[in-house]
Amino acid sequence: MAIPIIYNIRSVKARYVSSFVAILAIAGVVSVFVAVLAMANGFRRTLMISGSPQNAIILRGGATSEIESSISLEQTKIIGDTAGIQRDKDGKALISPEVVGIQCFKLRSSGTDANVQIRGVSDNALKIRSQVKISRGRFFTPGLAELVVGSNAIKSYDGMDLNGKIKFGGEEWTIVGIMEAGGSSFDSEVWCDHNILRQTYKGNENSFQSVTVQLETPETFPAFKDAISLDPRLTVSVEQEIAYYEKRSEMVFTLIKVLGFLVAFVMGIGAIFGALNTMYSAISARSTEIATLRAIGFSERSILFSFILESLFLALLGGALGCIIIIPAHGQMASTINWQTFSHLNFSFAISTEILLSGMIFAFVMGFLGGLLPAWRASRMPVAVALRGL
Amino acid sequence: MKFIPLIWVNLKRKKMRTMLTIGSFAVALFLFGLLTVIHSAFSHQVKIAGADRLVVRNRISLIMPLPISYKQRLAQVSGVKSVTFGSWFGGVYQTERNFFPQFAIDSETYLSIFSEYSVAPEQWELFMKDRQGCLIGEGLIERFGWKIGDRIPIQGTIFPGLWEFNICGIFKGKTPESDTKQFWFHYKYLDERDSSTKGLVGWYYVQLSDPSQADRIAQTIDEMFANSPYETATETEKAFAAGFLKQMGNIQFVLICIGSVIFFTLLLITGSNMAIAVRERTNEIAVMKTLGFSGIRILFLILAESIIYAFVGGTIGLGLCKLYTLQGDPTNGMLIIFELSHAYIALGLGISAMVGFLAGIIPSCLAMRLNIVDAMRRI
Repeated sequence: MAIPIIYNIRSVKARYVSSFVAILAIAGVVSVFVAVLAMANGFRRTLMISGSPQNAIILRGGATSEIESSISLEQTKIIGDTAGIQRDKDGKALISPEVVGIQCFKLRSSGTDANVQIRGVSDNALKIRSQVKISRGRFFTPGLAELVVGSNAIKSYDGMDLNGKIKFGGEEWTIVGIMEAGGSSFDSEVWCDHNILRQTYKGNENSFQSVTVQLETPETFPAFKDAISLDPRLTVSVEQEIAYYEKRSEMVFTLIKVLGFLVAFVMGIGAIFGALNTMYSAISARSTEIATLRAIGFSERSILFSFILESLFLALLGGALGCIIIIPAHGQMASTINWQTFSHLNFSFAISTEILLSGMIFAFVMGFLGGLLPAWRASRMPVAVALRGL
Repeated sequence: MKFIPLIWVNLKRKKMRTMLTIGSFAVALFLFGLLTVIHSAFSHQVKIAGADRLVVRNRISLIMPLPISYKQRLAQVSGVKSVTFGSWFGGVYQTERNFFPQFAIDSETYLSIFSEYSVAPEQWELFMKDRQGCLIGEGLIERFGWKIGDRIPIQGTIFPGLWEFNICGIFKGKTPESDTKQFWFHYKYLDERDSSTKGLVGWYYVQLSDPSQADRIAQTIDEMFANSPYETATETEKAFAAGFLKQMGNIQFVLICIGSVIFFTLLLITGSNMAIAVRERTNEIAVMKTLGFSGIRILFLILAESIIYAFVGGTIGLGLCKLYTLQGDPTNGMLIIFELSHAYIALGLGISAMVGFLAGIIPSCLAMRLNIVDAMRRI
């Protein structure tokens, strides 16, 4: 026969100090575990939502990121004539040859330089990247030294104010608008006219760094890719935008995950020790109680089961507490340099249901491992010896 | 001294608890070690930066080049001892995952400024004779199993095409902190073969005769090139590295922050366990007092026990952490160093002894003041 669960709940309450310590340990571990996953997830998400399956990005063959790449003006024209590209109502191909530079701006938080990605785009850019909207001000006028700044960039970097002026690259730029890009990496970028930026970065050289095109449908991508790859005039590589951005997140994502998991794993062992300690002292303090239970007919198995249940109950409380503690971190901003694009990127912690769920599973694993041995010992306790203590 | 057996017997009283308490300490200190390792890996470049070196880069950003003609002009600035330059190559060896930095260097001058590296003279000679030669850091040898004489293909990213290099030698760091996970080759080879950046280099390093003049010289250099198509930004190597660290910023901060909170939680838990252990022994302590043990002696006995827990646990934790770091970097080359330094081991041991003391002091004071009559009544 099973021992009623209420017995375990009451015992946890009766030994509230040591129970509290064990719950705290598990809560701490779970909150860190969730935080790490949320950080890695947030970073990846920021880059993932920057890409769209309907868009393709073209770089020079061999280049792994936009700043390494170079595409000549003639090549952009050839790309623009390729079949499969979406056209607007005037029949113009939705293509944006882009110049990508890195410009140092001071971080508001520390006053030190940050590598900010500055992107010269065509006037089609907003049609191609539908997630980007102008939230305040307006889009730049082609031909003028005007900037549109991402919503995170305007908060992070010094000297960026709407309608303000900023000097770099031998030009004085006016900030005419703020763009909202749904938390993607474009929120950390600064956009302007590609022809003006090209002069700043490349002098008179007639080249861009990447070409982003919108396809008719995501399914046209293989055909488009074949057409581009087979064209002897082009030495370029084509990727679906979403795949390109996913790859750009790989390095930092791995770094956060490996280091974070390492820390969470070590802490997990510590929390198991905490749970073990609590359960062992709970059991040794309760030896007469356990013996009484055995004497009145509860089987070894139900004692074992009952104590594992008690440990899992502690884990449940700890896990839930840990999740509750860390939920306010959702949406908190963090930033780092993305080595793969060499630029500073703002992202937010993204806690999802799956992450919370894996945090709870982690808590139960700790509770189970911490409860198993003590429960086994409790179930094997010699009844006669323990009862003598009465 | 004669009480050592008594302490020993007390430690053995509840073996499971002793093991768990020591184990918790070990875990906490392992974690401490790990966090310092992560911290040092991030701030490493700042630590090893040469005090007498300035970095001169394009004002726009590091990825923009500077003309090679600046070398002459920089050398003429008063207070400048020597000048060298380098460029980022950024090639891919086999797959993108095998990342390591490759620098095209000004081979004649590079080593005279980066005196923390050394190359065997015969290997150096070989390197200087071979236009396609390269030098690899000893930190890369094991990772790819390269040896001198190998010809290795690297796919260009910024500079298109397949590039092949002959390994002529291995450079070593004179101190264990030096970053030897690099790959050097002749700038001349790059300049000859690739026309896109002809006559342009990535950055300059300037060595000063007097490091205290750094600010003045940096200003002089930037003024010299102001309003030219290639304006410069000059700062000390330390400030340059620190700037990068600030950009990495939050991630490291978050990791360290969360970790420290947990570290102290773990220690608190351990402390409370110790308190429970003492409380259970109230009767015994009363008996000892009846037998004539003084309060101070009891205090000493319990404190000693607590510090032993902490110290043994700390030693095990830091020892395991050290062993773990000897296995190498788990992120596969993304961190320049992955090492637990002696200073941090000492700090860790100090912290654990202190926590042992703090965790033991309250229960042992209570024990010291214990009223015999009250305690005996409970038997």
